[in-house]
Amino acid sequence: MGQVVLREVNKFYDSVHAVKDVNLQIRDKEFVVFVGPSGCGKTTTLRMIAGLEPISSGDISIDGNVINELAPMDRDIAMVFQNYALYPHMSVYDNMAFGLKMRKFGRPEIEKRVRETADVLGISELLVRKPRQLSGGQRQRVALGRAIVRHPRVFLFDEPLSNLDAKLRVQMRVELKKLHLRLGTTAIYVTHDQVEAMTLGDRVIVMKDGVVQQVGEPLELYNQPANKFVAGFIGSPAMNFAAVTVTEANGSLIAENSGMRIKLPDETAQRLRGYIGHEVTLGVRPEDLTVAGAADLDRPCFDAVIEVVEQLGSEILLDMKVGEGVMVACVEPTARVKVRDKLRVAMRPSRLHVFDARTEAAI
Amino acid sequence: MAIAETQVYMPQAPQPRFRLLEDERWLAFMLLVPTMALLGTFIAYPFLRGILLSVTDARVGVPGDFVGLANFYKIFNDGIFRTSVYNTFLYTGVTTVFKLALGLWLAMLLNRNFRGKAFTRAFILLPFIIPTVLSTFAWKWMFDPTFSVLNWLLYHLGLITGRINWLGDPELAMISIIIVNIWRGVPFFAISLLAGLQTISPELSEAAAIDGARPWQRFWYVTWPLLLPVTMVVVLFSVIQTFADFQIVYVMTGGGPANATHLFATYAYQIGIGTGLLSEGAAISLAMFPVLFLVVIIQLLYIRRVEVR
Repeated sequence: MGQVVLREVNKFYDSVHAVKDVNLQIRDKEFVVFVGPSGCGKTTTLRMIAGLEPISSGDISIDGNVINELAPMDRDIAMVFQNYALYPHMSVYDNMAFGLKMRKFGRPEIEKRVRETADVLGISELLVRKPRQLSGGQRQRVALGRAIVRHPRVFLFDEPLSNLDAKLRVQMRVELKKLHLRLGTTAIYVTHDQVEAMTLGDRVIVMKDGVVQQVGEPLELYNQPANKFVAGFIGSPAMNFAAVTVTEANGSLIAENSGMRIKLPDETAQRLRGYIGHEVTLGVRPEDLTVAGAADLDRPCFDAVIEVVEQLGSEILLDMKVGEGVMVACVEPTARVKVRDKLRVAMRPSRLHVFDARTEAAI
Repeated sequence: MAIAETQVYMPQAPQPRFRLLEDERWLAFMLLVPTMALLGTFIAYPFLRGILLSVTDARVGVPGDFVGLANFYKIFNDGIFRTSVYNTFLYTGVTTVFKLALGLWLAMLLNRNFRGKAFTRAFILLPFIIPTVLSTFAWKWMFDPTFSVLNWLLYHLGLITGRINWLGDPELAMISIIIVNIWRGVPFFAISLLAGLQTISPELSEAAAIDGARPWQRFWYVTWPLLLPVTMVVVLFSVIQTFADFQIVYVMTGGGPANATHLFATYAYQIGIGTGLLSEGAAISLAMFPVLFLVVIIQLLYIRRVEVR
């Protein structure tokens, strides 16, 4: 079992309020990812779960027992650190065996578990080496092994892949996912990389300034972001935003600013009835913009000038000037475009997001 | 052809008189010369003169003749010399244990986060910064049989009824100089070990805490092994310094009472300079050499092993 519940958890450092009223239920066997920019409180939250930081107020419980006052060793958790934190003076075997030795397991049991785990991770050959004789990826595996070998109730990961190069990171990401499917242990994972969050998490928790912005499955965050921050943070390249004023003409709603004037689709218009005459923020993802063809005449369209063309092979990113603002579109690799082209861009009407200009909450 | 091309790519060949310096072997030699000259003048030459002096019967005003190992034979049969040898080993051994234990304890305390950390760290260094002779004079007053603040304190706490003659009793005098040496040496240990502690990532201790190690186990299995290289170097430096210590004993007791607190250095000084038996004094000084040489060898071997690892 490994059900983790956070209730009204707060963390203060002197006058800094680092984590604000976090409420969360993490189910057994779930893989949840905390994601957010640096200083958003995600690592602090993880360290409070681990018992490395005292909790200023609120409760954290595992399987129904409040663990606020328990020492880290008594919480039955294992943690993988960003810099691996392998004991430099011990061999790989001793690194992995350390936690079992401290918990007074018998020698044969330790040996059996370490060898099994090393097998799973493909590091059996490395057991006699010291950490400094290993590559970054191998150290990462040993750090994972040290966590797995203890069969804890919960795994905690603190940006474990951020020190690896891009290719290795993608590879380890897949392995982590496989490992989780195989072991089924509850995992809490902290990262600032939204791609990691989206690919690994059963659920993702987006944090900013110590406040949980949204909790949901990856696609839920992508399709229905709760506010402008989540919308901009999840997805790459980031969502385009434009400040527009809502007006009414001939019974339909119009959103306009210096660069565009579009008729809002009915579904969006429904939600904006109360905002006539007010400013709102319009959001549209680069992948929901297309170069307008003859079939797109009924879609919301605007004019743009291409400033930069980024060829990615599988797609083309267009950095465009729209009125006084800029937008990025992600278009088919077959599109024939070049810098300074003027073109008409169409939006997928069902994929428009609108946010309150003041509260930034989704409307 | 080839020469012509070379000249095209190297328009500024070095001037002839600097050309030698382009050769790294020559450059290395030139850079070493000043240090070699200094070490040769102030260390190698006096050392060799000391050896030469120790095999003569030179006294102040008398150049002396070669007498072989007669001086060494004499001092090994000298009761005071034997006491000095015993004292030096005792003094070095006891102070090193205490300096290491107290220094490590202080270093661990200072490695924590607390208000006024920077100030305290600077403050700790005070015994190390004050000229030893000055601070030792202050200690001498504190141990003075009549004016001793220690006696006053112990008396008013009701722990003693009469005066303790700190420096007048042979054993108490030894304890007194040991206390002063510990007081003076702890900052060096504390600051050096603190520097060593700060190179150990706090994540390791956290990882060990999660792995189930209690505070004492975290120290024993993680911190201590990682601190050992620094500790070794600090201990060996301290041993060398303490073994050849002079100032504290000279100021506090002058080797007394009744030659009970002499160390190698103070006894060599008393015989060589005080009594004027230069050759015998040199022999006493040289008697320290085998021990110190051994310590240095151990130190070098250990440092090399750590570097190779």
